[in-house]
Amino acid sequence: MATYQEFIQQNEDRDGVRFSWNLWPSSRLEATRLVVPVSCLFTPLKERPDLPPVQYEPVMCSRANCKAVLNPLCQVDFRAKIWACNFCFQRNPFPPSYAGISEVNQPAELMPQFSTIEYIVQRGPSAPLIFLYVVDTCLEEEDLQALKESLQMSLSLLPPNAFVGLITFGRMVQVHELSCELISKSYVFRGTKDLTSKQIQEMLGLTKPSVAGQPGHPPAPQDAAASCRYEGVATPHLLLSLSELKLFLKVPLFKMAIVSSLIFRFLQPVHKVDMNLTDLLGELQRDPWPVPQGKRPLRSTGVALSVAVGLLEGTFPNTGARVMLFIGGPPTQGPGMVVGDELKTPIRSWHDIQKDNARHLKKATKYYEALANRSAVNGHSIDIYACALDQTGLLEMKCLSNLTGGHIVMGDSFNTSLFKQTFQRVFNKDYNGDFRMAFGGIMEVKTSRELKVCGAIGPCVSLNSKGSCVSENEMGVGGTSQWKVCSLSPSTTLGIYFEVVNQHNAPIPQGGRGAVQFVTQYQHSNTQRRIRVTTIARNWADAQSQIQHIESSFDQEAAAVLMARLGVFRAESEEGPDVLRWLDRQLIRLCQKFGQFNKDDPTSFKLSESLSLYPQFMFHLRRSPFLQVFNNSPDESSYYRHHFVRQDLTQSLIMIQPILYSYSFHGPPEPVLLDSSSILPDRILLMDTFFQLVIYHGETIAQWRKAGYQEMAEYENFKQLLQAPLDDAQEILQTRFPMPRYVDTEHGGSQARFLLSKVNPSQTHNNLYAWGQETGAPILTDDVSLQVFMDHLKKLAVTSSA
Amino acid sequence: MNVNQHTPMASPYGQPQPGYGQPAFAPLDTGYPPPYAPYNGPVSTYQTGEQPPQGYSSFTTFPSKAVPANPISELSCPLDLGHGRAPPTSGPPAPQAYNQYGGRHQSDVQNGPPPMTQAPARPVVSQSYNQERVNLSGPPSSYPQHYGSPPAMSHVTSQMSGMQINSGLPNTAGPGYAPPHSSKPPVSNSFSAAPPATYTQALPPALSAPTQAPPTASQQYYGGPPPSSQPPFNSSLPPTSQQPFTSPAPPPPSNQPSFAPPPSYSGPPPAQAPSPSMSQPQQSFHPTQPAFSSAPPGSFPPRAPPPTSSQYPPPPTSTPSGQYPGPLPPQQQPPFSSGPFPPRPQMPPTSMCQSNHLPPEPQGPLGPPGPLQQMPPPQHVMPGGYAPQQNGAFGQVRGPQPGFAGPYPAQPNYGAMGPAPGPAPSTQKRLDPDAIPSPIQVIEDDKAKSTEPFSTGVRGQAPPLVTTDFHVKDQGNASPRFIRCTAYNIPCTADMAKQSQVPLAAVIKPLATLPADETPPYLVDHGEGGPIRCNRCKAYMCPYMQFIEGGRRFQCGFCSCVTEVPPHYFQHLDHTGKRVDFYDRPELSLGSYEFLATVDYCKNNKIPQPPAFIFLIDVSYNAVKSGMVGIVCQELKALLDRMPRENPDLDSTVRVGFVTYNKVLHFYNVKSSLAQPQMLVVSDVSEMFVPLLDGFLVNVGESRQVIESLLDHIPEMFANTRETETVFGPVIQAGLEALKAADCAGKLFVFHTSLPIAEAPGKLKNREDKKLIGTDKEKSLFQPQVSFYNTLAKECVAQGCCVDLFLFPNQYVDVATLAVVPVSTGGSVYKYTYFQAQSDQERFLNDLRRDVQKPIGFDAVMRVRTSTGIRATDFFGSFFMSNTTDVELAGLDCDKAVTVEFKHDDKLSEETGALVQCAVLYTSCGGQRRLRVHNMAVNCCSQLSDLYRNCETDTIINFLSKYAFRGILNNPTKAVRDTLVNQCAQILACYRKNCASPSSAGQLILPECMKLLPVYLNCVLKSDVLLPAADVSLDDRAYLRQLISGMDVSETHVFFYPRLLPLMKLESGSLPVAVRASEERLSKGGVYLLETGLHLFLWVGANAQQELLLNIFGTSSFGQIDTTMTSLPVLDNPFSQRLRDMIDSFRAQRSRYMKLMLVKQEDRSELIFRHFLMEDKNASGGASYVDFLCHMHKEIRQLLS
Repeated sequence: MATYQEFIQQNEDRDGVRFSWNLWPSSRLEATRLVVPVSCLFTPLKERPDLPPVQYEPVMCSRANCKAVLNPLCQVDFRAKIWACNFCFQRNPFPPSYAGISEVNQPAELMPQFSTIEYIVQRGPSAPLIFLYVVDTCLEEEDLQALKESLQMSLSLLPPNAFVGLITFGRMVQVHELSCELISKSYVFRGTKDLTSKQIQEMLGLTKPSVAGQPGHPPAPQDAAASCRYEGVATPHLLLSLSELKLFLKVPLFKMAIVSSLIFRFLQPVHKVDMNLTDLLGELQRDPWPVPQGKRPLRSTGVALSVAVGLLEGTFPNTGARVMLFIGGPPTQGPGMVVGDELKTPIRSWHDIQKDNARHLKKATKYYEALANRSAVNGHSIDIYACALDQTGLLEMKCLSNLTGGHIVMGDSFNTSLFKQTFQRVFNKDYNGDFRMAFGGIMEVKTSRELKVCGAIGPCVSLNSKGSCVSENEMGVGGTSQWKVCSLSPSTTLGIYFEVVNQHNAPIPQGGRGAVQFVTQYQHSNTQRRIRVTTIARNWADAQSQIQHIESSFDQEAAAVLMARLGVFRAESEEGPDVLRWLDRQLIRLCQKFGQFNKDDPTSFKLSESLSLYPQFMFHLRRSPFLQVFNNSPDESSYYRHHFVRQDLTQSLIMIQPILYSYSFHGPPEPVLLDSSSILPDRILLMDTFFQLVIYHGETIAQWRKAGYQEMAEYENFKQLLQAPLDDAQEILQTRFPMPRYVDTEHGGSQARFLLSKVNPSQTHNNLYAWGQETGAPILTDDVSLQVFMDHLKKLAVTSSA
Repeated sequence: MNVNQHTPMASPYGQPQPGYGQPAFAPLDTGYPPPYAPYNGPVSTYQTGEQPPQGYSSFTTFPSKAVPANPISELSCPLDLGHGRAPPTSGPPAPQAYNQYGGRHQSDVQNGPPPMTQAPARPVVSQSYNQERVNLSGPPSSYPQHYGSPPAMSHVTSQMSGMQINSGLPNTAGPGYAPPHSSKPPVSNSFSAAPPATYTQALPPALSAPTQAPPTASQQYYGGPPPSSQPPFNSSLPPTSQQPFTSPAPPPPSNQPSFAPPPSYSGPPPAQAPSPSMSQPQQSFHPTQPAFSSAPPGSFPPRAPPPTSSQYPPPPTSTPSGQYPGPLPPQQQPPFSSGPFPPRPQMPPTSMCQSNHLPPEPQGPLGPPGPLQQMPPPQHVMPGGYAPQQNGAFGQVRGPQPGFAGPYPAQPNYGAMGPAPGPAPSTQKRLDPDAIPSPIQVIEDDKAKSTEPFSTGVRGQAPPLVTTDFHVKDQGNASPRFIRCTAYNIPCTADMAKQSQVPLAAVIKPLATLPADETPPYLVDHGEGGPIRCNRCKAYMCPYMQFIEGGRRFQCGFCSCVTEVPPHYFQHLDHTGKRVDFYDRPELSLGSYEFLATVDYCKNNKIPQPPAFIFLIDVSYNAVKSGMVGIVCQELKALLDRMPRENPDLDSTVRVGFVTYNKVLHFYNVKSSLAQPQMLVVSDVSEMFVPLLDGFLVNVGESRQVIESLLDHIPEMFANTRETETVFGPVIQAGLEALKAADCAGKLFVFHTSLPIAEAPGKLKNREDKKLIGTDKEKSLFQPQVSFYNTLAKECVAQGCCVDLFLFPNQYVDVATLAVVPVSTGGSVYKYTYFQAQSDQERFLNDLRRDVQKPIGFDAVMRVRTSTGIRATDFFGSFFMSNTTDVELAGLDCDKAVTVEFKHDDKLSEETGALVQCAVLYTSCGGQRRLRVHNMAVNCCSQLSDLYRNCETDTIINFLSKYAFRGILNNPTKAVRDTLVNQCAQILACYRKNCASPSSAGQLILPECMKLLPVYLNCVLKSDVLLPAADVSLDDRAYLRQLISGMDVSETHVFFYPRLLPLMKLESGSLPVAVRASEERLSKGGVYLLETGLHLFLWVGANAQQELLLNIFGTSSFGQIDTTMTSLPVLDNPFSQRLRDMIDSFRAQRSRYMKLMLVKQEDRSELIFRHFLMEDKNASGGASYVDFLCHMHKEIRQLLS
């Protein structure tokens, strides 16, 4: 067998799964002693160009509380046409359609290479994709114009059968009716009033009060067409839509008639209204209410979202939908208000929060959480595109996206390529020409009986499905074996944590394997419903006798990310220092467990290869904006954390420990240590922190560039040197979502801080001279350097008291 | 006579009455409870009296005439006149007889008759007639007696006095009488007959016991019936009549005799018995009766004949007798009825008609009337000499006026009567309405008198009437177009004021539009310091400020405080103490002017923004279906160019906004930069807000295209709506919020159709409950059903948000509640019930145009300051008051008037008079803050007579009506009516007691200035608000109620007493002289135009000349006239041209467009038309003018006694 490295890589490529431990300790006690829990990063929709979905439905275990899907690990009796569930050991007959199977004629799901397989569910209605734009109009003219253009552009990117809707808000909230042919029409809500979903639907005319049984005014269902017409909807239009809708929703026709006319006022297929909508967007004005001197514009973000959620709830429950919220500032009135409209009261900072001085924080957070939960229940996700120089209240609103799988994009202005490109990238298509998005995902985890699932960390909400494989010990979002992920992209990755429940005195027979099955149902962007099933298995190992094996099966990258997720998850609810202390303790315990050292002799401390990078990851994690709020606004912290808990392993690692490349005349571009010693005058550095892409020209290079050598023919090579990092950066910029902030700076430049804050401060003003004439740039910081950190770690690891 | 009449009454009473009285009167009774009861009585008597004339022609007329005659005689000088007259008139006997009759009638009226008579009167008419006839038969006998003793006349007159009014009538009747012979003949016959026959006989009884005798007689006569009736009569009669009788002892006898016969007729005895007690004479009469009875004894029929025959025979006129015979046979009543019956049919219409009819019987209905009417005039002329007397009686001063003769034909008659011949005619004429004070005459006289421009410089001078077209010169007091007072000579003390009961009030129309030839108030700018004011009372600089100390200080005319003159305002005084710049400064020399207000006078100390107009249009099913939505939208496009503006050359600065609604509201963004308007729907009606600001209120010029596109689209968008529910409260809230958001004042135009039943604040339920009408709970129907609108109104006022409401209801919409906001914000309510595009479009559009265009001020505060001694205590109109002194008007337009009541809080001095300064601070339509100041000085008097000499009845009516209409919010309607009657009675009684020359108590004497008070008051009492007809909805009443509250004097005048113009001849340049609003005045052959200020009727007589019809309608056939037309065809003939011009000019005069309704005689729609003939009795129980006058007289007499 290949090395663990290869094994891990292979597993990841095939199943999108990376486990912290690739050998599982066979008892609970030993598992806890490993410090890093048995856990994995799972990318449910990992792109598998080589995996064509099968056109039938999965075969499931007939045991009611199992329902595991037939997989390659199952034992099959081809003659009896019976298979045994590898989770509950139930013996199930194959369905009639499998009558022809034999050893030589096996269905795909039984083949080992199909440990991950995707089924297309044929039955049931397929639902349209729904995009509801919620647009802040309290923007600067320039911003608004840019945003309008982006939105108009996006119409051309949407699938033609997708439904779109538009809500704008400022001081008021307007729900635009898209079917008006005479004059544009919108429903307006007061920005300060918290309305229930029912009220909203009533006010939008989505519910017929007559249905409630007022004898006096009973417009019969068949009147709907008429009533629709009087409201300005052309009837032929309606009929068409009706038939379409019938396809989408499994609703009795007569009931549809009522609902449809109403739905079609606000949400319409793109191909029908793109002209209308383009005009509508074109005519969008800035919020017409004057903003007095010294005040913020009144922005009713809270109500706007509530209306959006209410509208979708009323029209397309349990159907994939995206609410795309575009904001240019913080909510300043009504429920969900983050800051008052007085400019003299600044928006809350970490300082305020720590001093419990943020007036609206709790209330607003609670409000948005409630909205997010409602939205999640209905499978609607909420994206936030916040472009402003100041904070926009992401801290309070983050849950909207976190719980529903929506995106958060933070920029300075809508008129920047960062926003424009990122927004465009939302509609990126995959190799099949399908959108890289999926909706209404429900991920279920099934485990073999020695294992239980503790929780998940990622853009999901619990579905509160208690099963036999649910552990009482919660890590992340726990207490369930099913999670809802309203919106998924191929890179969406969840951290899933397990617990070994096998008792020490009930050893697992040698060669036993534990299995985990991930069943992910979702609505594909082409409106199909699909189910992807990933089944993996790992060997059990006795921790006492096989500790070496276990140690070498350690995936330190995955473990670092999984631990980081735990840390970030904790950071949401705990004080920063507590989280750091917890992380430190975990690290020390791990080092104690696996380090080789002589007691009380730090210099003797050694870590095996499989753990060698782990402390460094932890060092950078401690310094990262995910756990450090210093120098970050609450919004930024939220933003960073949001992305951290949903990206895949590679991206997560970049976030934890940025990558630094060096370009020079001395050789080809090479990755260098993320260390101040890498900052040299004759180098160009390219740092990728995921959120930022920094190109740093060393002192000499910068001078050359300033002198204009690159323009001279004889210095073509210099020009090429300058160009090389740009090209590389461009490549990253092209592919990443969200598009990173691109910084081109040089030695002494103000933006060089992005680089300086990330590198290991091996040289600071404190030790610069002590280290003599070493090259590199001193960092003006009191932070400890990696060396100091390691020294302390060793010292603590070897002391028995820890 | 009395008895007879009574008896008639009685008879009806006894049996018929119930039926009659109840049914017929039922309404009356209900309508006029106690007060009227008596009143009715008289009325009935009147009627009876009058009716008799008609039905009886001779007989009835007699009594009626007699009654009038008596009053008249009384007026002039009962006794003397009677004597004098009696002699002069060749028919002397007759006259006397008349007098006697009159006496009877009067007595009847005065006595019990009232109640009884009334009831019987109309219903019974026939009966009464019969009775009367019987009586007449009796009377005749009595006549002789009367003759014998002139005093009788006097008595009669005295009795008549009660009837005074009648006296007027009698006069007319009188004249008529003689000529009408045919009709009157009966009377005369009876008279003559009676006289002769009865003379001897009658005399004896009379002598024995005249007064008593009659009653007894009557009692005897009727036997059964009389008792009941008689008793009352007697009781009532006795007092009044007795006294008169006593003196006239002789006459009574005559009566008695006449009665005597009756007694014999029926079982009267018992009934009579009571009366006997009253009159000893009766016994004596009895003898006489027997005599009569002898004839009658046998049987009624016989009797009837006998009396009649006896009487009649004597009388030359056989007709009466002839009639009688007929009637007699049947039985007493029957016989009477026979006679009466014929008349009845005619009678029913009204007393007037009756009179007319009377003639018919004898000869031809029409014929007689004519003569009657004609007759009067001559008499009037005759009376010329007499007039003075009458004048004396009515109004000492005015008496002499030439007009008098005209106006009071009756009076002239009196005069005539005085002589000798007069009496007879007068007595007969009595019943003739021409004899009572005629509004038309008063109006015409005033017109004739007011040829000179009216200059306001003289303090305490009453201006010409509102009906007169005059020119005003402002010489220091406000023009009457701005301020009219009830009295221009107000009592110095509170006691006097209280004694007189004359309301002290002023009707102020601060922004009234002036005719083109009068200068609008000048704008004065006192600079940055603002207008110069008194330091203490804050009165503004005005002509009443006295400059002293060489001009360095001025003394306030209101509070006498001395204030320094600011240096920049200093000016030297000339030798008369006037400032040198007196004539250069409007505020020193004029009564009305405007100050430019400084920022201190602005809300929040900010110069106001230009106002905004917001149009809120109901687009529910009904609104769309009726065509209203389409019409409004179409019209608004044109109206946008005609927004009010400060300077006609500039564009209006008024911004506009549009909202449509059903149960949700649709706002429109019509920003000029948009290609298409945008609709913003607000469904959250529970907490209304404005969805947008910029783009909602826009400048017309900039956004014209978008607005027009919007107005084109609205009808289309809602063409297929099915929504029937509407909201209302949120609609106003929306407008209010929009104005708040824009930080400006403005006006909302709400076009609304139905009761707002949709779930929203201000939701209403249908509470129309006809059963509550007439109960103590009725008042609650006029109160808003929820308090929401009061609160809302308050907020509107605070913002300067004026609301105009256009209603297009198909059913109950609860105007009382919906109108709360418009009324409190100085807005108007327009109501178009059952609106149909085709027929009502014109009216609505004209109203709308006018409403949009008319000059208006916003965010106004009116403060009325007065000189020490009086104080403005109460205000009536469309406004809101948050304290006791400041009248707050969110909007104040040129048509709105505020009535202010003053009360004494100290003494006033005759030297300084009383000063009133009304200052209105408002924002002009251009956004300028201004102060309009009107000053008015009136005299003070220590003599009540001065007060009564300088009153203005029209203004008093304006005040009283507003007072009463507000009163029904808190009091039962009946109580309000009683209070009104009471107050007027007190006013008139006070005059009678303190100012009129001593005369018989039975005489009705009215002050010249107030002689129309009764007729106008009656109109107020009969208005739909106070006395609803069955078909008048609660909404209509509430609508009218609020409408009156903002009316000025000229509007209330024509509203209560509509203008009825004969169109038979139209001369260019002048309007035809109006005729009195009574069916009697309508000629079958004529065409009339009736204007109420709200309605315009064209009444076409059934026999209208073909040429006339051809000229007007283009068809000569009465049958082909299309009554659904709302405008006259444009025909190329001078007459048509002139008529249409006239109608146009009428419409132009009024603040609301009057829809023309065509009424053909005897068409069903005539009922509506008749409702506006205010002098007639109306279907809902309103008294006729004559009846009411009698009632009034009775009230007065009660007060005096």
